[in-house]
Amino acid sequence: MSGERAITIVILAMGGEGGGVLADWLVDLAEQNGYFAQTTSVPGVAQRTGATVYYLEMIAESAVPAGRYPVMALSPVPGEVDIVIASELMEAGRALQRGLVTTERTTFIASSHRVFSMTERTAMGDGRVSSEKLLAGGRAAAKHFICTDFARLAEAAASLISPALYGALAASGRLPFTRAQFEATIERGGVGVKSSLKAFAAGFDHALRSPSPEVAAPPVDAMPAVGPRLAPLARRIEDQFSAACHTTLAAGILRLADYQDVDYAAAYLDRLTPLLGCLPPDPTVAGELLDDTARHLALWMSYEDTVRVADLKTRRSRFQRVGDEVRLGQAQHLGIHEFLHPRLEEIADTLPAAIGRWLLATSWARSGVDFFTRKGRVVQTSSISGFLLLYGVAAMRGWRRTSLRFAIEQARIDDWLAAISRLAPAQPALALEVARLQRLVKGYGDTHARGWRSFERIMSALPRLQALPQGARQMQELGAAALADDMGESLERILATV
Amino acid sequence: MAERSFVHEVQKLRLGEGDEFRGEGILAVTKALLQSGVAYVAGYQGAPISHLMDVLTDARDILQELGVHFEHSASEATATATLAASVNYPLRGAVTFKSTVGTNVASDALANLASGGVIGGAMLIVGEDYGEGSSIMQERSHAFAMKSQVWLLDPRPNLQSIVRAVETGFELSEASSTPVMLELRIRACHVHGRFPTRDNRRPAFSLKDAIENPRRDVDRIVLPPSSYLHEREKVESRWPAAIRFIRERELNEFFAEDAQDFGIVMQGGLYNAVLRSLELLGLANALGDSDVPLYVLNVTYPLVDEEFKRFCAGKRGILLVEEGQPDFIEQNVNSILRKADLQTRVHGKDLLPMAGEYTGGVLLQGVTRFIEIHAPGLLQGRLLPAAARPASVGQSLPNGDLQNLAVQAAVEQVQPRPPSFCTGCPERPVFTAMKMIERELGPHHVSCDIGCHLFSILPPFNIGATTMGYGLGWAGASAFNTGETSRRTIAVMGDGGFWHNGLTSGVGNAVFNKTDNLLLVVDNGYAAATGGQDVPSSQADSPSLSTRHAIEDAVRGVGVKWVRKVTNTYSLAQMRDSLREALTTKENGPKVLIAQSECMLNRQRRLKPEVRKQIAGGQRVVRERFGVDPDTCTGDHSCIRLSGCPSLTIASSPDPLRRDPVATVIDSCVGCGLCGEVAHAAVLCPSFYRAEIINNPGAWDRLLSRLRSAVIVWLQDRIERRLKGLAA
Repeated sequence: MSGERAITIVILAMGGEGGGVLADWLVDLAEQNGYFAQTTSVPGVAQRTGATVYYLEMIAESAVPAGRYPVMALSPVPGEVDIVIASELMEAGRALQRGLVTTERTTFIASSHRVFSMTERTAMGDGRVSSEKLLAGGRAAAKHFICTDFARLAEAAASLISPALYGALAASGRLPFTRAQFEATIERGGVGVKSSLKAFAAGFDHALRSPSPEVAAPPVDAMPAVGPRLAPLARRIEDQFSAACHTTLAAGILRLADYQDVDYAAAYLDRLTPLLGCLPPDPTVAGELLDDTARHLALWMSYEDTVRVADLKTRRSRFQRVGDEVRLGQAQHLGIHEFLHPRLEEIADTLPAAIGRWLLATSWARSGVDFFTRKGRVVQTSSISGFLLLYGVAAMRGWRRTSLRFAIEQARIDDWLAAISRLAPAQPALALEVARLQRLVKGYGDTHARGWRSFERIMSALPRLQALPQGARQMQELGAAALADDMGESLERILATV
Repeated sequence: MAERSFVHEVQKLRLGEGDEFRGEGILAVTKALLQSGVAYVAGYQGAPISHLMDVLTDARDILQELGVHFEHSASEATATATLAASVNYPLRGAVTFKSTVGTNVASDALANLASGGVIGGAMLIVGEDYGEGSSIMQERSHAFAMKSQVWLLDPRPNLQSIVRAVETGFELSEASSTPVMLELRIRACHVHGRFPTRDNRRPAFSLKDAIENPRRDVDRIVLPPSSYLHEREKVESRWPAAIRFIRERELNEFFAEDAQDFGIVMQGGLYNAVLRSLELLGLANALGDSDVPLYVLNVTYPLVDEEFKRFCAGKRGILLVEEGQPDFIEQNVNSILRKADLQTRVHGKDLLPMAGEYTGGVLLQGVTRFIEIHAPGLLQGRLLPAAARPASVGQSLPNGDLQNLAVQAAVEQVQPRPPSFCTGCPERPVFTAMKMIERELGPHHVSCDIGCHLFSILPPFNIGATTMGYGLGWAGASAFNTGETSRRTIAVMGDGGFWHNGLTSGVGNAVFNKTDNLLLVVDNGYAAATGGQDVPSSQADSPSLSTRHAIEDAVRGVGVKWVRKVTNTYSLAQMRDSLREALTTKENGPKVLIAQSECMLNRQRRLKPEVRKQIAGGQRVVRERFGVDPDTCTGDHSCIRLSGCPSLTIASSPDPLRRDPVATVIDSCVGCGLCGEVAHAAVLCPSFYRAEIINNPGAWDRLLSRLRSAVIVWLQDRIERRLKGLAA
């Protein structure tokens, strides 16, 4: 027995994205143009930001004798779906996981933007999954793959993603309806018609123009340009260091001059120079070790202190960035309020080393300062008093070199660099892992203390690791374990096995 | 006020004879109730029938015109007890709730109702929440129908069939003096379709008639000897009457009955999926014409022995498509055929999975196996659909391995995306505070409840050990009541669960048994998880409901002495300090901490249109939102681990030297303030800022702004001079 098949459509969306609106438009589109349509969904608590699937079928009224109704399914059969629309890239992956997309029949429309999952967001380092793999999977699985950043198109039109996706569907030509018929449903819907039509048009045009997403250009190794005051240091980099490290080193000197002054940037290169003499013969291995050490050294030398925070928060570029981020209109005014919580430790850090040590060691002085730092403060940087306060803190940069924190960090850096240099000739892989361990030491307050504790714990195992053939791999595992949970449980477990 | 408004759609309920209705399943059910002349409707919200309650609420005017009483029951037990109106009077009534959670709650009333029986048609419309997307334990309403002996309708999932099931269901109820249960699966509740309408009917006998002419019949009351009489009546008269009605009115349907010497029997609700399977195998078409005999059970309890004997006579085998377990129908059918000495082979759970939802792919596989056993010739020379091929994952890639690998690699990137607290949810800081207290005082046993707050069991909070049912949060911690330790347990309950039964089962019980433990009541002003319906403690004015009954008064009323209330849950320090006090105070006895802030989803729905209007009208409106400075953020994400807010996410670091993504706040931020509170209370990081966006600034704003920018611009010029010549 044979007959006309219903057109089958699956929409994968997240709660609050307007997947339901898209489904309603499609029903209206079909019913207004001589089709039976059925839609259904499994909402419930999925509306609360969870993944939601809408399923639609439509069949021409002309294929159905008068007085009869077609029988349409309420859930998709894997492999039998004509159109799959995913409002986000991991949801596109979910469509693949469910087997909904096939090369035989499926037009697959997906937005390439990411809405990160809880697992990705809560990772202590970089827990993001691979967008490239998701895109490649979409391309491999579909008959037609239409993929672009529909969220960006929608945003540009001050609309939601659903009309942009709807436009792409219209452009795909997979439904027997004209563009005008598509647009008419939006108009009949009557909500945000103008912006929706703009997003629809953007989605339509983009689906026609780019059949697959743009690939980012690979990074270049050329020496990036720096300002005139850093030109001498840039020349020094070009003379002394291999080309593979130029990008990192240029970023390094720029960062440190910005952080402190040009002398500090020069000191950065001075510190790296001894390593050049201990590098392993293999140029690739040597290049990687130097590049990673240079990167982490720049980060460590520009450790985050109250001076740095105050400095960054008072800049004009920062005010502009905040304005852009909150989409400040011409007629609107902006107020910026900082959430700061300097503790006794941070205050001691900023003081000249001797005074700082005295403060930390003197109980009556401690409790005196503690009294004022128990609660966090909100500082309005956009007010004169707030700005002056932060400007004043930033001005303490002048005596940063005499501060307690500076002394501590420089000593730590020296030890770390010494370990790298010592290991570099014979055990470059382990040296590289030691260099990379700096990534654990980041943040402020308790976060920084926790990171430093992990760093120290792992470095204390270095003598044992040096003696092991798999030492580098083990150190890498230790670094990963330190980032697995913020109670340090994984790290201690792995450390116990070394 | 519920989150979805049906104010416009309910006008479809006015359609009359000869019109065509187009819309959602639950709206069609409401229309069918009105066409059936119901006198009263009640229920308790919960997916998938929340919208049915919302539709009825929005249709209040139409109901009033027809003399139909509608009420929001306090619980499913209340709803079911409401059907007592049909025991002594010829009143048609319907109640609705989520099943099986609601049916569990309703069981006491259901058993008593079913024992005495009814005169007026009594219908329970249950939303069967089984399978994908379900948030409850996986059970079947079928068992309740069997144990209380009420008839179970499971119509084909199209609007014509559902409407017919409602209409004939009332007649069946009256013909057999038995309540009926209409089971609607989640997708059927939300299905969009069409059906020809009839005029609405005013009940012939009204509530007023009943109230003014009270009747009683001691035989209908559940007390011996009447209860023994009821039991006999059930088997001797009500059951046979039901069977007679089902057969005469042809409630069950046969298609192509004699086309083959095998056939498929199915629950009505699964008909569309079975037919699609046959269509994909070339044995049916989209109009419902089938080459394979089909017997559709629109009534799944009781089964009609004679119809089964008729369908199975001359058939070698049947496939019984019955979703869920235990396989009540399959067992029953085997018994029927055995007693009739029919040798027809019964397939069912041998070819289909015992448990889980029968979605398209699952059914296609089962139906294909069945046809292969009984008539392999029918499938010969046909390429089976991908999902029906053995060992198939639903993928068929011409290019073989490389493509498969790419797809596999993509699938490996997919992570679950469970529901979670909304942007700016006032419950989030409650759990952030619990997380911080956990670090301070060590972990506590936490007994959870049902509601949005149950999302606490998932990342990033990972708080909570058990959930024993709606309103049973504190009851679930009852055993932990011993003087041998000073450590207290924490129970959580929402305002919905509190009013449903938690006040008695939890609070009353704790007072009575002199517990020393803590109950945390999350009071967000709505039954938020089910769609924002009002509860007795809601703050909104409602034309039809009495609101603003304070939870604090209620718990004091049943005898709790230690009660604290935090009226701004976003104040993390206050929330944390209150929790600490509750867990460490020397005072003995039950402790109740009420965390009160309005559900943000509903708040935004309420405020957004107002604010838009104010801005358009030129009023000074300040909008707040949070942000993160990407150059000071180091990408540790502690802030996200203490929040999980959808607006607080990650982005690639703009810093060329950093690899870890930084935290970022997207524009959906509603400025609830938690980010700042967390940064302060947990001493995290100075990267958070609060931006105040002033719309329509006034003269004072403009003056202040000019003054400020004069100073700030001058100082920023100085900063720029220092940095000049560094960057290219």
